[in-house]
Amino acid sequence: MPSNATIAAIRFGCGLSPLAPAPADAAAILAGLAAPDQALADFPGPDPQQVWALGHQVTEHNRDARANVPGAAEALKETRRQINVMNDAALLNFVQRGVYGASGFRERLQDFWTNHFTVVGKLARVKAIPSVFADEAVRPHMTGRFTDLLTAVVTHPAMLIYLDQITSSGPQSRAGERQKRGLNENLAREVLELHTLGVGAGYSQTDVRQFAYLLTGLTLDNKDGQFRFNPNMVEPAAETLLGKTYGGPPKDKLAQINRALDDIALRPETAQHIATKIAVHFVADTPDPGLVQAMTAAYRRSGGDLTAVYSAMLDHPAAWAPPGAKVRMPFDYIVAALRALAPPRETLAGLRPQQIQRFVQTPLIGMGQPFQQAPGPNGWHEDSAGWVTPPLLAARIQWAMAVPQQLLPDLPDPRDFVQVALADAASQTVIDAARQAENRREGVGLVLASNDFNRR
Amino acid sequence: MTDSVLSAPLSRRLFLKTGALVGCSIAAQPLMTTVTFAAAPGENRLVVLILRGAMDGLDVVRPVGDPAFAGYRNLTLKAGEALPLTGIYAAHPDLAPLMPLWAKGELAFAHAVSTPYRDKRSHFDGQDILEAGTGRDVPDLTVKDGWLNRMLQAMPGLSSETAFAVGRDEMKVILGRAPYASWAPDARLQLSAQGRRLLARMYQDDPMFRTSATEAIALTDQMAATADAMGAGSDGMMMAPAPAMAPAANTAAAPDPLAAFAASRLKGDTRIATFSISGWDSHAAQADVLKRELGALCRTILTLKEDLGPVWGKTTVIAMTEFGRTAKENGTGGTDHGTGGAMLMAGGAIRGGKVYGRWPGLDEAALYERRDLMPTADVRAYAAWAMRGLYGLDKGLLEKTVFPGLDMGTDPGILA
Repeated sequence: MPSNATIAAIRFGCGLSPLAPAPADAAAILAGLAAPDQALADFPGPDPQQVWALGHQVTEHNRDARANVPGAAEALKETRRQINVMNDAALLNFVQRGVYGASGFRERLQDFWTNHFTVVGKLARVKAIPSVFADEAVRPHMTGRFTDLLTAVVTHPAMLIYLDQITSSGPQSRAGERQKRGLNENLAREVLELHTLGVGAGYSQTDVRQFAYLLTGLTLDNKDGQFRFNPNMVEPAAETLLGKTYGGPPKDKLAQINRALDDIALRPETAQHIATKIAVHFVADTPDPGLVQAMTAAYRRSGGDLTAVYSAMLDHPAAWAPPGAKVRMPFDYIVAALRALAPPRETLAGLRPQQIQRFVQTPLIGMGQPFQQAPGPNGWHEDSAGWVTPPLLAARIQWAMAVPQQLLPDLPDPRDFVQVALADAASQTVIDAARQAENRREGVGLVLASNDFNRR
Repeated sequence: MTDSVLSAPLSRRLFLKTGALVGCSIAAQPLMTTVTFAAAPGENRLVVLILRGAMDGLDVVRPVGDPAFAGYRNLTLKAGEALPLTGIYAAHPDLAPLMPLWAKGELAFAHAVSTPYRDKRSHFDGQDILEAGTGRDVPDLTVKDGWLNRMLQAMPGLSSETAFAVGRDEMKVILGRAPYASWAPDARLQLSAQGRRLLARMYQDDPMFRTSATEAIALTDQMAATADAMGAGSDGMMMAPAPAMAPAANTAAAPDPLAAFAASRLKGDTRIATFSISGWDSHAAQADVLKRELGALCRTILTLKEDLGPVWGKTTVIAMTEFGRTAKENGTGGTDHGTGGAMLMAGGAIRGGKVYGRWPGLDEAALYERRDLMPTADVRAYAAWAMRGLYGLDKGLLEKTVFPGLDMGTDPGILA
């Protein structure tokens, strides 16, 4: 029977590590989350200003290239290269946070919330913007009130670009009448359907439409890429959403949008939806109803305080059932494997772009989860069996057999490694496999390819 | 014996023979699935493409002869000269590569179709309903399998490779208890003999891992054997050199390798293949979105035709999407989520050069909720008639089991 510390590391963290003890219990997990965010300081994401500056350069070089300015094509190529380097570095930083960070739960929460609020960098010139989004909109707000997280997300340029809000204008607004621009429903629909109430809630097409009118004005400043509220795009009429009215002059509409987001965040459907999603992500594809109920109650009692919801989950016995109900998603899998292998910090920090591609980016594609490229705004699915189809499992086995040796020339003895990676969660079959392997490479590979290690 | 089966690269024939020999003691064969040997279900091929993100049927198959159409699409979406089809319809200009097929009667559409899904207009519920094939306007959570799988459950003489899910996308349309294969063209698996043995023992009591690994190993061996037979000099453990992996599943270039892989299986024992083309959600800059997506769709179909050779004559391709989009374009050069839409059929087995379906008209009063194209037919009926024609499945079975609650209506005659 695995100890609570093992479960804490595997189910609520990034796995076991020979470098750091696992949190002993719920209190230790929450204490880690309350401590200063050292992982962010150690492994910072891309600089938002640089992301936007490089994007701006692409626009300029493109314009120059069209005008046949000498050297423009080369400049464009170089800027694109820098963007790719920045994106690779962002991926590597996220990996390192999980491998060396003190709070595995914080990293898992970042994965969860960036998936709940999926953004994809669909403009190539600012393709690192999902990483900026993670650090600016998500990470600072994961432990506070859901409404603050929601507001930060819905007003972040990455989300406004991804769900087509930046040009959505009230048809009767100044910009709408002048430029013959109008409404786009995308963000409004997905906020209600995916981010807050959930698709089963009792909202209507009229609510979606009214919310879309209310969200007009949320855009960004093309010069610096920062969020901007533009009253000229705001539909002048008042909107009625889920029975409440949000009115006032266009210049005051941002406050009304914030009010609406608060109201939506506090609805019982949102409490239920958020609690369910967290439980599904961490505990089981079909979680214990009592667990979800306790988390929903904590949400409602606390006015959507997320730490209270996490605490309710961690205090519930169902959260401490033996591991194995879920399958680690590919990013989580690679991070957990590296955490168990614990290469020296300088090894990961020193990876060249081609190595990041070979060890992480390309394997993630093979395992079915290309970095920051979820197929839709609903993010990656939580259906465990769907991550273990023949081609996806083959990619995991391939990674396990090939990559560790390339990162760590001095691989551990598989008989020791199985204890490091799985501790008291190792079944006899994986212990036997580690013992019987012909060489270290395959022994370590078998441990990482095992169903025990792939499950959590 | 387990070990010899698992450790040596085997030709398909040998693999199957060995499977037959040990078929009576599956429990002792941790990495073997059941394989049956009755004749495969005829020679007809069916390819089901799921177009994820909601393809705008009104832009792809434009009702240019409907007097109301121009009024809805008077800005960005009219750009480019539509290609005349028949009656009131013209095809999106980016379908030009498929027009030779249209002329030969190997391309057709059905218009004003939809699943039974209504009102919430969620991509994800919409796709779930499309793939589950259920008859309610909301997801039916009691149905866990997909309609292709329920069709397979009713087919005699199924082998583990009769049906193939291609690529890495989750394909709920084929999920279920009937066996099917699943692989991606660039997937590979290299294991030593000892590695295989130990992996087999490790997965023995975990069916999810055991089943997938069994299939991955069997397919790897089989492809290596094929490569050997073709003198490709395979190392015996992996398939022919993998093409470079696409950076994202939904880039325009991605479907080509999937179609080529599907064709390679369909030329062998496979009769049914399915995969998806994602990225049709066109809320803004729809012209760019459709250029990319229709390009991918054209390449997919042309790759199938090219690679299938004579088998193309026995092939039916159907491409379906979760719902259509608003009749009126939105304020940002795109369209929002709608209801009725279009489906596409291709292949040498179909009666093409036609736009099937009853046109409901586009007057505001004729629209669904004064917003979307009114569906006049259940898209499942076309799939059901295709199955009936290709595999002789019983109409009652199709209407009750494969597509619960479907009224197939009269035969539209989509097959040649």
